[in-house]
Amino acid sequence: MTGTAAEIVFDNVSKRYPGRSSPALDGLSLTIPAGTFCVLVGPSGGGKTTALKLINRLISLDEGDIRIDGTSILDLSPVALRRGIGYVIQQIGLFPHHTVGENIGTVPKLLGWPAARIRERTEELLTIVGLDRADATRYPQELSGGQRQRVGLARALAADPPLLLMDEPFGALDPITRARQQDEIRRLHREVGKTIVFVTHDIDEAIQLGDRIAILGEGGRLAQYDTPDAILADPADPFVAAFIGEDRALRRLALRRLGDVPLLPFAGGGPSVGSALTVRNAVSLLLEGGFDRLTVTGDAGTPIGTITLAHATSLLQS
Amino acid sequence: MSHASPPVIPHFGTASDCVLANRPFCSDWVRAHWQDTLGPALVQHVELTAIAVAIGFILAGGLALFAHRIRRAEQPIGVVATLVYTIPSLALFQILVPFTGITTTTVEIALVGYSLVVLYPNMAAGLNHAPADVVEAARGMGLTERQILLRIELPLAVPAVLSGLRLAVVSTISIATIAAFLMPRGLGYPIFVALRDPAPFKTEIYAAGGLAVALALVCDTALVVASRALVPWTRKGLAA
Repeated sequence: MTGTAAEIVFDNVSKRYPGRSSPALDGLSLTIPAGTFCVLVGPSGGGKTTALKLINRLISLDEGDIRIDGTSILDLSPVALRRGIGYVIQQIGLFPHHTVGENIGTVPKLLGWPAARIRERTEELLTIVGLDRADATRYPQELSGGQRQRVGLARALAADPPLLLMDEPFGALDPITRARQQDEIRRLHREVGKTIVFVTHDIDEAIQLGDRIAILGEGGRLAQYDTPDAILADPADPFVAAFIGEDRALRRLALRRLGDVPLLPFAGGGPSVGSALTVRNAVSLLLEGGFDRLTVTGDAGTPIGTITLAHATSLLQS
Repeated sequence: MSHASPPVIPHFGTASDCVLANRPFCSDWVRAHWQDTLGPALVQHVELTAIAVAIGFILAGGLALFAHRIRRAEQPIGVVATLVYTIPSLALFQILVPFTGITTTTVEIALVGYSLVVLYPNMAAGLNHAPADVVEAARGMGLTERQILLRIELPLAVPAVLSGLRLAVVSTISIATIAAFLMPRGLGYPIFVALRDPAPFKTEIYAAGGLAVALALVCDTALVVASRALVPWTRKGLAA
């Protein structure tokens, strides 16, 4: 079940909270193309959660406009708007008195779907997020943190909304569960093709997940909005450079796998590595062993090319 | 009703040896006077309690919903409720008599007052039980404020409301015995009558007192059973 994706446009949006000297958001203009996985990232006080909650009007929009597929969010009632947008928060907020199945069926029920269709959709979603169909009759308290987060995601996807808002959804998970959920949300995004707006304060998470990253600085200023690779290659200002870290060259290389980059022709010599290895890890192996080259092998184990330190360096120039 | 004109030696009837010796508990007296004394007193006691708790429940529920909607009202109502509870029940009866006379109404007003002040704080707290993230998620998914109240906040308030109800029922059963100082009604009356005698008749005191305790225990147990059926999620939650 692949729904359509929505384009989000922030048009000169500002937000001031009473009693605060600096604005939470300052003239934010941003276009998120349909189907994009867009990560809002920045230090606390950057207004990233404010930006997210403005979209589904949990925070009122006072200045500027936000349009979803060309329609201003102010032209819909907040309730109707929210029923068309999936919403996932860090604390998940599952209804403790409802079973997993009832939780997932919340929005379809609000929309008046027939019971049989809700049940069918619930089972489909449990499979999509990697839970067991039998889990539908359990209560949230019986699940682990990671399982609850999956239910939260299934609940947000239930009515097949074209847009998913995720507010630090993995912030409370242990590193291993977190990494697994990050992989899965990427996979899910590829499969269902929705527009996702994802808030995190973790630049690593942003780089790993985002098609595009919006870095919001102090006072709600948009410091840079681009692909992870472009931001790492060319940070817009010292704030962004400091935020993404001194090891940005390595982070860039970590974004690419050997199988996806142009390699030197196979010339023999050096240990063999698989094409799924990231360029960053290939560089690490070269440095660790003092090798002058590695042989990259394809799926069948046949050599497909060679990588050297000098070649990795040249990849950073592209 | 036998209470209309109490005999000089109350409720003795045909006295057995046990009764004449005023031993701690004479089951023959209890059997003989179930029909004319203890049974009616028990029924009256259930009535007094049921009416008081039912009206108190409705009023406390209304007040708690009001305080939930208008948060500023929450504290003042709570303070007034606590003040009412500190008035000794006997004094409250006396305060009310000039207005409502020596009537069941007077008794019920006092009992409603007490059940109200026990129920209100539990209901008010219960409505605030729903975690903030659950309410935010509900709002974010497009539930209206009314749906949030009916589908989220009220069900999650049920455990707190039921524990308040248990307290209210048990305390009202206990306080209702004092109604006998004003009216010949309830399980307090046989005790009151027995105590008026220079040598109080022990069986009558123990039988009526025991019935009040038993009534409280039965009601409390019934509410515990009911709460298990009403809040299935909490039982499973404890296991996880």
